[in-house]
Amino acid sequence: MIKTENVSYVYQPSTPFESAALKGASLEIEDGSLTAVIGHTGSGKSTLIQLMCALLKPTSGRILIDGEDITAKGADLRAVHRKVGLVFQYPEHQLFEDTVYKDIAFGPKNMGLDEKEIDERVRESARVVGLKEKHLDRSPFDLSGGQKRRAAIAGVLAMNPKVLILDEPTAGLDPKGRDDILGIIKTLHKMRSDMIIIFVSHSMEDVAKTAENVIVMNDGGVEMHCSVAEAFTHAERLQEIGLNVPQITLLTDRLRSAGIKLPEHIYTVDYAAKAIAGLVKGGDGDV
Amino acid sequence: MFKDITIGQYIPGSSPLHKMYPALKIILTIAYIVVLFFLHKPLSYAAFFVFTAALILISGVSVKIILKGIRPMLWILIFTALINLFMTQGETVFSIPLWAFSINISREGIVLAATMTVRLLFLIVGASLLTLTTSPLQLTDGIEKLLKPLRPLKVPSYEIAMMMTIAIRFIPTLAEETDKIIKAQTARGADFETGNILRRAKAMVPILVPLFVSAFRRADELATAMEARCYNGGGKRTRMKETRMKKLDAAAIAVFLLCCGILAVLEYALKI
Ligand SMILES: Nc1ncnc2c1ncn2[C@@H]1O[C@H](COP(=O)(O)OP(=O)(O)OP(=O)(O)O)[C@@H](O)[C@H]1O
Ligand SMILES: [Mg+2]
Repeated sequence: MIKTENVSYVYQPSTPFESAALKGASLEIEDGSLTAVIGHTGSGKSTLIQLMCALLKPTSGRILIDGEDITAKGADLRAVHRKVGLVFQYPEHQLFEDTVYKDIAFGPKNMGLDEKEIDERVRESARVVGLKEKHLDRSPFDLSGGQKRRAAIAGVLAMNPKVLILDEPTAGLDPKGRDDILGIIKTLHKMRSDMIIIFVSHSMEDVAKTAENVIVMNDGGVEMHCSVAEAFTHAERLQEIGLNVPQITLLTDRLRSAGIKLPEHIYTVDYAAKAIAGLVKGGDGDV
Repeated sequence: MFKDITIGQYIPGSSPLHKMYPALKIILTIAYIVVLFFLHKPLSYAAFFVFTAALILISGVSVKIILKGIRPMLWILIFTALINLFMTQGETVFSIPLWAFSINISREGIVLAATMTVRLLFLIVGASLLTLTTSPLQLTDGIEKLLKPLRPLKVPSYEIAMMMTIAIRFIPTLAEETDKIIKAQTARGADFETGNILRRAKAMVPILVPLFVSAFRRADELATAMEARCYNGGGKRTRMKETRMKKLDAAAIAVFLLCCGILAVLEYALKI
């Protein structure tokens, strides 16, 4: 379980460029949950997740992972890095080895695992992200954009973290690429039942499609932390803080106000399709 | 950590120092440093200190930021002072016995160490005042104007200025990128702090490769963007914000010469 207690973070304190990115965030994230973090640009999403993997030290407040205070003096940060895997935004920009295999092996190697174990983990995580055997011996710079991203994600997965955090994993990909990455996240969630997965996203559609819970950030604070379904019951508030409700929700809301008897809070296309199909067949729209 | 570099940082403001003609500001900064090396008497340094303090006050830049700029130079300062203190021959004031031989400290050594340290300090403060009150764009504008007379000698003043503008523009971007890459590799368990020199050098590879790749990618993108906007060098281009000499600049020259005059009297005419 990840627990943050009133965590604040100030960038470049006591300079003219001082900026408070996080202002007292308190959260609890359960084991095995799949949580999305959403919020407008500059709302502190990246800051929050970097604090969770001890890459930044909070200005005030505490962060506990499985009850262990990672912000305490003398905390073993390397152990935290092993436990919490972070995939940065545009992770493909951090590839550096001459083959994909070696790049994925970088993390496990740093953990001091033996050759056999490393080999197993590299192949396993490559398989999970959908990279083929033949890709492993290629240079990472010869892969396509989407494949590079997969390789980079595999590099973090190979460390077998208890918590996996991804910062905007779908940024800069085409719709197909986005769905692929979101699919990988879902598969992982099913495969590893006790792994905490957190991903940052800009798109309510992606959140609706993939996550179970959502953390809505606004201006350095936690605005909501609830199930995705519940978040969409506050559609107005979401729009107020600059977030786009999925198109399909807007559409069905308008249909409903035009007198068509659709259920409230539809936020995926699949669900809407079923509801409308039901209506056409002569039901009352409930699915 | 890489985001905290203050050297070359610009603090926006509207003081007379900020508004001065950039080329003149550069010339006066150089003159300030040259004058510094003509001074020997403590009294002259006291006066110089007063002038510098007045400059800082006028600039509106907080003393804290200026002191922060000195901090990275601290070791160079200490090193210079020690070298001068121990290596200068002359009239021995006292000596430190050390096993078979002894280290002599001379009067000349003490004087030289003190002067050099003070000079270096003023030099750093003067140079940082220039960069703190001049935006990178203005700075390159100033350099371009200063190099312009050399154009007939085939000095590509405009191109040099453009290159500097781009280089300066990308310092914060690359610093941010470096910071991100270091964090990403740290998260993958990379270790930059332990081991011998060879190991540490090898540990830099996961940082340097992505950094170079990204620098080349950015250069490529920028070149494409410039070409798409029909950029084709040459000195015939005009600027969006042309800088000109104003009354303020004449006043600055006058004040500077006045200060030089006072310093000259203190240094050479006064017999104390
Ligand atoms: N290195 C830094 N130095 C100074 N300020 C920073 C730094 N990084 C972020 N900030 C500031 O902190 C605030 C929060 O930034 P953060 O990166 O956490 O936002 P974000 O929610 O991830 O935004 P985005 O959606 O654009 O990625 C912003 O106002 C930003 O300007
Ligand atoms: Mg971000």
